[in-house]
Parts: sequence; C-alpha cells; structure tokens
Amino acid sequence: MIDYLLTEEQKMIRDISRQITDEKIRPAALEHDKTGHFPHDIVKVMAQSDLFGVYIPQEYGGMGGGIFDICLATEEFSRGCAGIALCYAASALGTYPILLFGSEEQKKKYLPLIASGKKLGAFGLTEPSAGSDASAMLTTAELKGDHYVINGMKHFVTSGGDADIYTIIAMTNKARGARGASLFVVEKGTPGFEFGKKEDKMGIRASSTRELIFTDCKVPKENLLGKEGMGFIAAMRTLDISRPGIGAQAVGIAQGALDHALKYAKQRKQFGKSILTFQGIQWMLADMAAQTEAARALVYASAREIDAGCKDVGKDSAMAKMFASDVAMKVATDAVQIFGGYGYMKEYPVEKFMRDAKITQIYEGTNQIQRNIIGLALMKETVQ
Amino acid sequence: MGISVNQDKCTGCGLCEKACPFGAITIVNKKAVIDLDKCTLCSSCVEACRKFEAIQIIRETTRTPDMEKYKGVWVFGEQKHGKVQPVVYELLGKARELADKLQVEVGCVLIGANVKEEAQTVIHRGADVVYVADNPKLENFLDEPYARILTNLIRKHRPEILLVPATTIGRSVVSRVAVQLRVGLTADCTQLDIEPQQKFLLQTRPAFGGNIMATVLSQYHRPQLATVRHKVLPESPIDTSRTGQIIENDYDKSFFISRTKVLKVAEELVSAVNISEANVIVAGGRGLGSGENFAILKELADALGGTVGATRVAVDNGWIPYAHQIGQTGKTVCPNVYFACGISGQIQHLVGMQSSKIIIAINKDSSAPIFEVANYGIVGDLFEIVPLLTKKFKESLQRS
Amino acid sequence: MNVVVCIKQVPETTQVKIDPITKNLIREGVKSIINPYDLYAIEEGVRIVEQHGGKVTVVTMGPPQAEAALREAISLGADEAILVSDRAFAGADTLATSYTLAMAIKKIKDYDLIICGKQAIDGDTAQVGPGIAAHLDIPQITYVRKIEALEEKSITAQRTTEEGYEVLQSPLPCLLTVVKEINNPRIPSLKGKMKAKNAAILTWKAADIEAESDRLGIAGSPTEVWKIYTPPARSKGQIYDGDPEGAVNAIVAVLKEHLI
Repeated sequence: MIDYLLTEEQKMIRDISRQITDEKIRPAALEHDKTGHFPHDIVKVMAQSDLFGVYIPQEYGGMGGGIFDICLATEEFSRGCAGIALCYAASALGTYPILLFGSEEQKKKYLPLIASGKKLGAFGLTEPSAGSDASAMLTTAELKGDHYVINGMKHFVTSGGDADIYTIIAMTNKARGARGASLFVVEKGTPGFEFGKKEDKMGIRASSTRELIFTDCKVPKENLLGKEGMGFIAAMRTLDISRPGIGAQAVGIAQGALDHALKYAKQRKQFGKSILTFQGIQWMLADMAAQTEAARALVYASAREIDAGCKDVGKDSAMAKMFASDVAMKVATDAVQIFGGYGYMKEYPVEKFMRDAKITQIYEGTNQIQRNIIGLALMKETVQ
Repeated sequence: MGISVNQDKCTGCGLCEKACPFGAITIVNKKAVIDLDKCTLCSSCVEACRKFEAIQIIRETTRTPDMEKYKGVWVFGEQKHGKVQPVVYELLGKARELADKLQVEVGCVLIGANVKEEAQTVIHRGADVVYVADNPKLENFLDEPYARILTNLIRKHRPEILLVPATTIGRSVVSRVAVQLRVGLTADCTQLDIEPQQKFLLQTRPAFGGNIMATVLSQYHRPQLATVRHKVLPESPIDTSRTGQIIENDYDKSFFISRTKVLKVAEELVSAVNISEANVIVAGGRGLGSGENFAILKELADALGGTVGATRVAVDNGWIPYAHQIGQTGKTVCPNVYFACGISGQIQHLVGMQSSKIIIAINKDSSAPIFEVANYGIVGDLFEIVPLLTKKFKESLQRS
Repeated sequence: MNVVVCIKQVPETTQVKIDPITKNLIREGVKSIINPYDLYAIEEGVRIVEQHGGKVTVVTMGPPQAEAALREAISLGADEAILVSDRAFAGADTLATSYTLAMAIKKIKDYDLIICGKQAIDGDTAQVGPGIAAHLDIPQITYVRKIEALEEKSITAQRTTEEGYEVLQSPLPCLLTVVKEINNPRIPSLKGKMKAKNAAILTWKAADIEAESDRLGIAGSPTEVWKIYTPPARSKGQIYDGDPEGAVNAIVAVLKEHLI
C-alpha cells in the first residue's frame, strides 16, 4: 500500500478501526448478513472508541477531524463488512446538513449526541417516485404557527428505524419546484413519525433500510435547517461531501475481497501447486491490486480536498465515488472468479463482497448520475 | 554477576544472535555484543554457543543452609471431598521413580477433612510416609491454612523435592509456599528426571506455547518445587501389599486462620465435563457453522465415552460454552485420541492440543495446517464423515 | 478504591517459530504485546474505578521497551503507569519477579486491590500473582471469573475450579488473578490513545523500591534454565483424500486398540 503520510491521529483512527474490524466485525459479518439484524453491539463499540465524532469539531464534542478521517474508519470497517460499515457511515450522512447549515443552537443540541455515538443520524431524501430525480418529491411541510406539519414518505432510508436523528427534505413551496424544498431535523418518537417495512436487500444486509412515514407530523419551527427553499441545494452540497465516504466503503470492499483472494490463491493447490504460482491468477491479482490502490488514492485526494476547504468539490468527489465503486464491483467479481466454485458458495466469504459491492454503484447517486455531474462540470469548464 | 562474552572464544558466527528471543545480541566486528537492557539472562544464547562456549552467565546466589540434609521426594496429595485426585497417583508414580534413583523415601501430604482413610490408598500407590493434617476446618481448600501447613511440614521434615499437581488448587497454594520458603518453583512440568552426577531434579516444561522445551533446575535451594501437568504421566499401579508410615500432627488454632472465607461451592454441569480429564475429545471449529451442529460431535463423543471440545471461534460465536474451549486462552489437553473436526489448526489452537497421543483431523481443505500435526487425516465433509465414524465405531464396539 | 494492575509484555506466541534447520528461535518481526490475560485484569480494574472511583495504576517489571505496554494500558483506561526497570532485575525467575513487583507495590502503598492476569502466555507459570500476595502477606483469590460484590473493606468473588466455582470472601487489600470469562476487554478509544501518547510514565529502579539486592534478578532466582530444545516434530501422518468410507474404516480399525 502506498504511504499516504497519515498523521499520528489518523494512524490511531485506522488502527482502532482495524482492531474493531478484526475483533468484532469480521466474526459477526456472516451472521448479520444472514439475519439482517442491525449490529447495535458493534455500533456501541465504535461509539466507545470515539469514532462517531472523528469529523465533528471539538467544540461540539468531536475529535475535530474531517471527511478524510471518517473515510479511514469506513474503509477499514468495510474490509470486514460493508453493511456494518454503513451503519457507521450513514450517521455522518444525516449529520452533514446540520454541520453545514445548522444554527449554533441546532449544532449544540444535536452534534454532541451524534459525536458520542449515543444517537445515530440518518438522511431521508429518496421517495418512491423521486430517485435520481430528487425534485419530483411529494413530501410536504406546511408552516402552521410555530410548527411545520409534515406529510408524505421517504423510502430506502439507511438506518431508518435504528437511527434517532433524521434529516429529511420536504417541499415547503410546491410551486417553486426544486427551489421550494427545505431540510428539517425530525427526531425519532415525534408523534406522526413512523417507520414502514424493512427492505430485504441483496447485500449490505446488516444495515437497515426502511420507509419513513409522516402523517400530520408536527415539527417545531426551530427544526428547519437553514432557510426555506434551500433544501435541494443543501442536499446536493451534502452529497458532494459525503461521496468520498461511499468511495471509502468501496475501497474497503475491494481490499477485503483482494485480501481473501490472495490468501486463497496461495493455499489452493491444483495440478500439484499453489494456484498463486500461475501467471493467469497473478495477472488478475495484479490488476485488482492496482485498481484498488488507484481508487484509494482518488478517494483520499478527494476527501483531503474537501477538508482543506476547496470550492467546487462536486466533480472530484463524483469521480472518487464512481471510480471506487466500479473498482469494488470488478475486484469483488474477480475475487469470486479466483475462488472458482467455492467462491459462489455462501460458506466462503467472497460472494458477500460481490453482493455488497453492487450497492456502491447505485446509492447516493447512481454511477450514471455521477457521470452526469462530471460531464456537466466538464462542460462548464469548456465554457470558462 | 551477569552475562559475558569471551572475546577469545567468540568467532562471530551469529548463532547466538539468531537464538536470542529478545533481540539483545548483535554481531559487531565479528564479536557478539549483548544489549543488557534487552537481555533477560534466559540462557538461550549460552545453549546456542555450546560449541564455542564463548558466552557465560555467572550466577552468585544464596543457598539453602544444610542443603544435604534435605532428603525424600514428596507429593502434595490434592483431595476434593476427602478423595485423593487421580492426578496424585500420576505424581506418586513419578515420585517413586525419582526416589528410587536417589535412594530415598516417598512422602505424601494429605490436607483436608476426613482424609485419614486415604492415607492407606496413597501408600498402596507408592508412598512410604504420609503426613496427614485432618481437621474439619480444612474441609474446603483455602490458600492461607493449606500453605501454612505445607510450609510447616517442609521446614520440619526437609524433603528435597515436592511435586504438586498443576491444578487450580495446586498452582495457587504452592506459589505461596515457594515464596514463604524462598525456593525455586517450576510450573507445569511434563518431564522430570534426576541429573546422575549431582542429583538435581531436572524439570522439563514447554515454553512459548509449546514451541520450545526448557529444562530448569534449582542448584542451590531445597526443596525443589515443581507443578506437574495432569495426564502426561501414567498412574502408579495399586499394590495392596505395600505398607508405610502415617504421621498425623496436631495443629493449634493459629494454623487454620484464613482471611478468605468460602461462602459457597458450586459444581456446574457444563464444567463437570472436564475436558482436561477426558481420554477422548471430539472438537469442532469454524467448520461446524452453528451450535446445533455440535450435536453430531456429541454423538461421536458419546459413542466413545469422550467429551466435546471447541476452538475459540466456536466459543466466541456462542455455539458452545467457554468451558469447552481448547487452546491458548482455553484449556490445554492431552487425551489419548483427539478428533479435530472442521478445525483449520491455528497455532493458538494447536498449542492446547498438540501433545494429544493420537490426533485425527477432518477438514474439507487439504492444505489446512491441522493436517501437519495429525496422525490421521481425512480430507472431506465433516457432516458426512463424523456420522459415519459414529456409526462404524458403534458397530465395531458392539461386535467386540 | 485504588487498584494496582500488574502486567507483562510478552512476545506474540503465535509468531514465535523455530528454524527447522538451526533449531533456533526465529524472532524477526515478532511483535510484543500485553499478555492477553492481563487485558482482562486491566479491564476489570478500569471497570471497578469507573463504578467506585479511585484510580488504576498499572505496573510492569521489564526492559525499557516495556513502556509501550504501559502506554497501551493507559489507552485502555488506566490512570497511572509505573515501569520497574533495572539491569539488576535481569534473569529474574518467578520468585525474584514477584519479590520485585511486591516491593514496587509497597512503594505505591495506597492500594485496595491488586489484579493480575491468571498467567502469562510466554511462561504459563501462574506463579507471580500468588507470589506477590505472599510477599505482601495479603490474601488472594485466584482464577476469579466474577466479582460478586465489592465493598469498602471486603470483596466477594467467584473463583473458577475444575468442577465449577466457589464463592470466596476476603478482606481488602486482596490480590486477584483473573480468567478470561470475567469480562470482555474494551477496544482503546481515540481519546485514550491520545492521552497515552503524552502520559508521563514513572520509572523505578532497584534503589527506588528499596529492594535487597541479593533477592533481585539472577541473584534472587533459585531456578535456572539448564537447557532449551525443540520438541521432536510429530512424524507425518496418514492423510486420506477421497473415499471417505475407506478412510473411516481404516481409522476405526486403528483406533480400536486404543479405545477398547
């Protein structure tokens, strides 16, 4: 692995995350994949290790790091189980809007709870008819006195039901289309806020995905994040900085699959020798290793760029997410191939990596949408 | 005092550098240089340098006064509920052998309540003299009174050797006795012998998880104390024609004082299957896949009068209680027959079972390390093979 | 409640290998770790202090590099750390080691509980804990799997036996040795690691603990290693691949004599 010149603190984050992966995640991964149970115990261990606060400023009880720090932890966890890793990373996705657009009061109220891991965050954007086209959303929020009344539903919400603090987007002015959307913080337990069915997924099965259902749900006016009408832009800004996290998850999946493939190739004997000695296998592994490293370099560079406060990070983070997730899918598929027939069996670990990898090409903007973002940015550059 | 390198004898061959487990030796200008901050005086290098004898450890140590007056080989007769434990018979067999070489008597110490009747039993097993401390206050094992009585007996009768079972009771009590007497104690011996010239007790034990064996001796202190592992030595035969002397002492109240009190003694079903006592162990690992699947191991174990063991993975997954765990953080076992089913053979597991007499490995993966220590290995599906073994053993046992 | 936890830095046993030709220990790349059983001792100490207040002091006797083990203990929640280190300690067997640690603990003076792991994985002796208790003349409860009650002046704990367990009560101060079942050690926290990096570690030499010099190190050690050797390798076994029925028949035939 390339030396990315991590700081002392970043090395600590990586080491602790690796220890949690070795001791807690890996032994539990298959069981959670089978049952789909949310890994509350492991989340508690991550919380006790201060990892939920790595990107949150110290004045709000965090460790004062940034996107890069959360990427390091997410990558390590994903080497063991991308589903469990997502339970960690998704809390940040729900928290970024508060961090980016929250008032001082809102930050003081929510960030310490999230930094300590006592409460998990979640982000509600997608609706059944509004996937890649977020502007087609139907959920509404109407101001009545000192409350907003929310009606509608969000679906495919990661950690839905298991998280405590939800950032959701709803239309406050339908007539204005995308410019009529606003962001709200809704806490679990608010009357009129319920959860729908839990999705039965192909991969990342340790992570829960549920519908959020709002029926005349009254939310105090203070829970509006930023101003009315800036919801859609805020959501896009959130996704701009969250994408390296998905990239890191993908890099972890690729690395985990590669680790398994390499170990297996070394011990598997055919024609009287280890299959690792065959050039055909070596070439596959060489490609897998180089692609994984390239993805990692892109993800790290994009995360560091965000942390340095650079503007217009959308294109770069889209490239990181898109490239890393395509690599994860390819490397995991190749790992299954190296395992041969065993690779197809649930008893062996690599088919899970392949199932888990698929979602990274789809969620937080499909890779086609990422290409749109990159394409649009390229077009803008030619105009300039 | 300490360690030194004889510059004339050292050839700079580097054997000591490789042998040092602590990285304390480097070769500088073709001579060994020892970093005293890292050296623990473990004597690995002295051993490696046997050929040149360039490294020397000089020890100046205190001596037990009147060392030559210490005579006899003793065994601590560990008992529970007034019954001497089988491990004691193993120690008595070895004590008899050592005593015969030294031409001395075998003594056995019985501490407990209503243990007098057992004196005859240990005489039949090879003891010449039995020292009995029988008092209702000694019913349950307690470190302080047991250690006090043992120390007192040793001071009075001066045996040269005391062998103690390496059990929870044995290890706890003798560690205190060693400190009270200020003598050496070697833990967990697997071999014991007498050095023919100077008549030391040679105490051999595994170290570094069984990767190396170390022979330890105590030159200048008596008695020489050793704890001995269960199941590594054969039990001594019963000879009812043997006779011996029984010495029963009275102890005043001060001997029975104990700051710790026993509030309750509980026996548990799971632990009652004491895997360190079993002659046959059928153990399962990751390959079992679930707790329910241990049932097929239990069937084989039941057919052979054995018990079920497990690896750490199986225990950590909650498939079977910790009492069954074998290996570095579990128990060390050495049954006659050990079945390793779906166990890959990580070193942490191997250190707990590799001294089993016969090891049979069943694993799908022909390259699993377990096959390297196995006497017999079957490459295949344990869910097919284990039930087949059960069936065949049952048939075979019925026929005979 | 002031707790002293005694720990040992050991080579990771799983990595200690024997060179098949020279029969020497291969030590390259062997990592040093905290003795795994001592992690349970640290965790128990930290939990006690979290519940009852006070502080956890970790003590180790060892070479200067054992400081790393103490820092790790701080990252796991210990409050203070003392490295007892002197060339005079080299070559100590369990008698001299338990004496040295006992003298260091005497200097700490203000303690209610001493906790040790049940044994160290490099030596597996289980002698140092009880040895310390004997040197200090305090009671001990070995192989503790659960603390049932801890009061100002007494402790009630479950001691693992071969058949089950016993419940013992002892006045304080008392020494415990603990087994794996007692707890599930935590993973260090980021804040703990950062605290450990900057923590001050006290170093005490032989003179600091007012020890008698002839009871330290090699001079105070009645036992000596006479010979070290590699156990004879097991001869290569018979491996059956394919034909499970035939393999089972062969094994049943061989084992019959051993079992009946």
